[in-house]
Amino acid sequence: MSRYLLDKFLYTVDRDPELVERYREDPAGTVEWWEAEMADRILNCTDDERSTWLEFTEDERRALREHDHVTLFQMGAHPFLTLTLFIALFERDHGPLEYQKAYGAAMAHISLPYPDIAT
Amino acid sequence: MAEVAAVIASTHHPFYYRASTATGADRPPFADEWVAKIERFRETLTRAEPDVLVMVGSDHFHQLWLDNMPQFLVGKAPFFDANFYNEEREFGLPRMTLRGEEDLAAHLLRDGLDRDFDLAFSNELRIDHSITCPIITLRPQADLPIVPVYTNIFAPPLPQPRRFVALGRAIREMVESWESDKRVAVIGTGHLSLELGGPRQFGEHGPDPEFDRRAVEWIASGDVEGCLAEVSLESLHAPGNATHGFMDFMLMMGVAGAGQKADHVDTLDLFHTMEAYFTWYPNGAPA
Repeated sequence: MSRYLLDKFLYTVDRDPELVERYREDPAGTVEWWEAEMADRILNCTDDERSTWLEFTEDERRALREHDHVTLFQMGAHPFLTLTLFIALFERDHGPLEYQKAYGAAMAHISLPYPDIAT
Repeated sequence: MAEVAAVIASTHHPFYYRASTATGADRPPFADEWVAKIERFRETLTRAEPDVLVMVGSDHFHQLWLDNMPQFLVGKAPFFDANFYNEEREFGLPRMTLRGEEDLAAHLLRDGLDRDFDLAFSNELRIDHSITCPIITLRPQADLPIVPVYTNIFAPPLPQPRRFVALGRAIREMVESWESDKRVAVIGTGHLSLELGGPRQFGEHGPDPEFDRRAVEWIASGDVEGCLAEVSLESLHAPGNATHGFMDFMLMMGVAGAGQKADHVDTLDLFHTMEAYFTWYPNGAPA
């Protein structure tokens, strides 16, 4: 379980307009590229000074590849990061607030306590 | 010594800017009432005639990230650029640049450290909508220098609620011990009950109207002890998964002082969340 790495994926994609579009159009390719090239990058260090140990589990890869916000929530990915990025990905295909409401309705079966989001 | 001219606590709704500037068919039906309430709220700051604003808010994973996460951070810089690409994208927020008040920032850092608050600092901080929303609502001309104070209400493990209250009390004392003749307004924004990215988001009201009613009562009456007795890091999960932002309201209750009734109280029940606006005048209401 690598909640931190899930959050890092969501965070780094969400802040980059090109990556948002790439993840929308090619989620599987983006997740594969990101894990190979970006997962070990320390954001405030140079490219030569990378980490050596970060990787997704197969379940995490699948949730990201499938744009599966419900599973990401259940894995404890930070809900604000997931919501913000997924609004950027999919709100454009829906009427006002329609996507946000459907996003919540898809999780109607989840009750308190919610999964831990601590990293 | 400096004077605390006003203490202001508010929600920071990122959709206000777009709602208040929309026209015609794009203007939501609640916009006019919302704007009227905000204009009355703005007048409470204008009347205080502040020279400097201490702005308490929380970065939403913009500049601050999990590889290096401060719990409380003071921005000390001559300028603060503001708002981020994803806030332009989702909320239509404008890019801004605000001046900083470095002398007060240095004072808060030195005095805060000496009071056992191990404050982080930033000399190059881009601020986000937790601070720019109250600038837009309360001081849209954005003409006053600021000292941003960021709190972590977002990335657990979080500090305890009592630390937010204690930091608020300390900020009040520290501003009042700043060797300056400036009038300082302390403005902080947080949330009432709020759910983001969970099953209870974007409902007809906030996710827990009963929590909101009690929260407004705690804040309006200055019931710091009652609030601290009821609110814990654990309890804040129940009203909504983003309700830990209420701790910034608790910080502002610390600034205003225990038992201090707010001079201005207003709320607006919107879809998704309740808006709430409070102003205190520690030295009496201005004429």
